[in-house]
Parts: sequence; structure tokens; C-alpha cells
Amino acid sequence: MTYSFNFNAVWQNFPELLQGLALGLGLALTSLAGGMALGLIVAFGLISRHGFLRRLSSAYVTFLRNIPLLLIIYFVFMGLPQAGIRLDKYTAFVASLMAYGAAYMAEIFRGGLMAVPKGVIEAGRAIGLKPWQLKTSIILPILFQKTRPALGNAYISLFKDTSLAAAIAVPELTFYARKINLETFRILETWLVTSLLYVFTATIIANILRYLDWRMNARQGRGS
Amino acid sequence: MSGSFLTELALNWPRLVTGLGQTVTVSLAAIFFGTLYGVPLGVAMFRCPLALRVLFAAYVDLVRGTPVLVLVLASYYIVPLFGPNLSASLAGVVALALFCGAQIAEITRGALNAIDKGQMEAAKSIGLRFHQALLYVLLPQALRIGLPAWMNSVIETVKGSSLLLIIGVAELMLTLQQIVSRNFMSIQFMIIVGLMYFIVNYALERAGKYVEHRLAFERGGSHG
Repeated sequence: MTYSFNFNAVWQNFPELLQGLALGLGLALTSLAGGMALGLIVAFGLISRHGFLRRLSSAYVTFLRNIPLLLIIYFVFMGLPQAGIRLDKYTAFVASLMAYGAAYMAEIFRGGLMAVPKGVIEAGRAIGLKPWQLKTSIILPILFQKTRPALGNAYISLFKDTSLAAAIAVPELTFYARKINLETFRILETWLVTSLLYVFTATIIANILRYLDWRMNARQGRGS
Repeated sequence: MSGSFLTELALNWPRLVTGLGQTVTVSLAAIFFGTLYGVPLGVAMFRCPLALRVLFAAYVDLVRGTPVLVLVLASYYIVPLFGPNLSASLAGVVALALFCGAQIAEITRGALNAIDKGQMEAAKSIGLRFHQALLYVLLPQALRIGLPAWMNSVIETVKGSSLLLIIGVAELMLTLQQIVSRNFMSIQFMIIVGLMYFIVNYALERAGKYVEHRLAFERGGSHG
């Protein structure tokens, strides 16, 4: 079967695709910020001394990692209104992605927290830091430094997950791709361009992160 | 209220089970075909001349970098262009198998690369051909290294099958939506379906851990 490529229809709608892409990046960034905060709390729960907190955090992580993100989105967007909690589709999506991402980031942070050297914490205590000072001025900086590469990967996978926002009609890249597909029937072209947009964006993010990582490492190398 | 929920649950239970069955069938088919093409592709990426390797790597990166939802929609619209007008579930299996296979190719390649070079050299020096070395020396070791990652992509595939709702495959998510649109008990049934996904994925995770433990060199270690 022959198929003649014609990208005109896609180029005409290209601004829409880019607009969708930008929205996706924004949604991913917002979810990352929220997910990091929540993930950090859960991570402290995972290593807590209280058995109850530990079990609760562990249940959260295990449960959310084993159910589909789409179910969480539907639960927040269509289930919660039944309990009187109404969120618009953007907030609902960000809240879902945040809750989902937090489960993954809690695992990352737990690994980072285990990697904070005991001696540093003891040294902090020895100079008389209060527990919260110890956390904010010693543990967290080391934690973010150790987990930076893993958090970068988490951002990329959150960015890919923003495609699910199309399921509740949030106008991001996949949503527009589907619209262009149905309006112009340039099927192959639309999906090829969409897929490449996702891949290129992810590659660019990965390279920016690698560059930032390299620069920070270089600076720390000079400092010591 | 809770009484009527139980009646609704009893009424809809057979449909939920059918939906779950469809989810499991579709996922199993995708994992089977994904493994079937992913493992040879991974071996090719490990062994082939550079030009082919670059080509395969580009393919794998393209598929892995594209969100599963985009693959599902693309396959739903593209497959009928070339083949007969296939059913939605077949298009869904194609999309999931493509994604799963690309993941598995990358896992296989990584696992083969992680094996000590000396193993291959030793195999060659006792006169094994490449396919013999692969079959008897490299792949058994790669299996041990790659199993956790493979299990992870199996779980990802089961979670990814929830996206087939968008193209109208009658799996668990679509069943949920149909039930909820009739009785408006969103929260209750979403929790039930969440538990169903959780049980399947958690069982898979535990089974993976068990097999991993059985395959490990040193049995009866502190873990497991």
C-alpha cells in the first residue's frame, strides 16, 4: 500500500502543538514541585522511628505505585465531586500527578536519606543544632545533591505522563494531536510529529540536566 | 447507602471480573510479543555492526521516549491504514507490545553489557560459537541481572493497559466507567477497581521477588 506524506496540515497546526507542549511542561513542573514536597514528607515517614508512620508511608508508596495513573486522575476528577470536592480539570490533573509522582520520589528520597553519612549528622548534633536546623541546613542540601540525577529522570517521566491529561480534555500535546488527526486525517504525519516532539523535548531536558549536573559538580570540585 | 452499594457490587461483580480478565489477557499478550521481539532486538543492539546499532538505538529511544497514550492512539489510527481494519483490542496490544518490547530490548542490552567481558572470552576460548555462548553463557546471567527490570516493565504494561479505555477496549477501566455512569457510585467502584489493579500488580511484584531470590547465587541471604 502506498501512502504519500504531506506535512502541510501538521505544519499549519504546529503552533497548537507547541502550545500543548508548553502546557505539558508547565503541568509537569508544577507536579514535580508539589510531588517533591509530598515525597519528602513520605520519605521521612519511611525512615521514621514510629512503626505506624513507617507502615502508613510504605502503604502509600506501594499502593500508588501499583495502580494506573489514569485511575487516580479519574478518581480525583470524577470520584471526589461525589464527596463534595470539586476541582477544575487542571487542578485535578496536577493533584493526581503530584500524588502519583510523590510515591516515586519518596523512594528516591529514601535512598538519598540513607546515603547521608552518619558522621555528618552526629557532627551537626555535636555543634548543638536543633533537629529542624539539622534537617534544613545539613540533611536537605546533601539529599538534593545526591538525588539530583534521579529527580531529573522523574521530571522526564512526569512530562511523559502529562499526555494522560488529554483523557480529561486538558489541551496539551496529545489532546491537540488527536484533534489534528481527526480534523485533517493526516494520520501518520500527525503522530510522527507528536512522537518526535515528545522525544526531542525529553532529550533536550535530559541534556540540560546533565549540563547543570556537570557544572555543579565542577563548582563543588573547585570549592574543595 | 452501604446496603445498596453491596447490591450494586454483587450485580456488577461479573462484569468487573470480565474486565479484569480482559486487562490481564491484553497485558499478557503485549508482554509475550514484547519479550518475543525485545530480547532479539536487545541482543542485536549488543552485537551488531555500529550502523545497525545506531538505527536500533534510535528506534528504541523513539518508542521509549513517546508516552504510551500517544502510542496507543497512533496505533489505533495507523494500523488500519496498512492492515485490515483490526479490532481496537488488537491495536491496543500492538501499541503495548511495541512499548514493552522497546523497554525489554534496552533491558536486555544493558544486562548483556553488564556481564564481565571475560565470560565471553572464556566461552570463545573453549570453542563455543556466538549463538552457543549466548545461549549457555551470556543469557542465563543476563536473565539474573535483567529480571527485576523486566518485572518492572511487566507491571508498567499492566498499568499501561488502562489507557486502552480511550480507544474503547472493554478492559477494567472501561468497565468501571460503564458501571459508574449507571449507578453514580464513583468513589466506591474506583476503590474496588484500584484494589483489583493493586492485587494483580502486587502479586506480580512479589512473584518477581521470589523468582529473583531463587535465581540468586547466594541463597538464604539477609534479604527476601
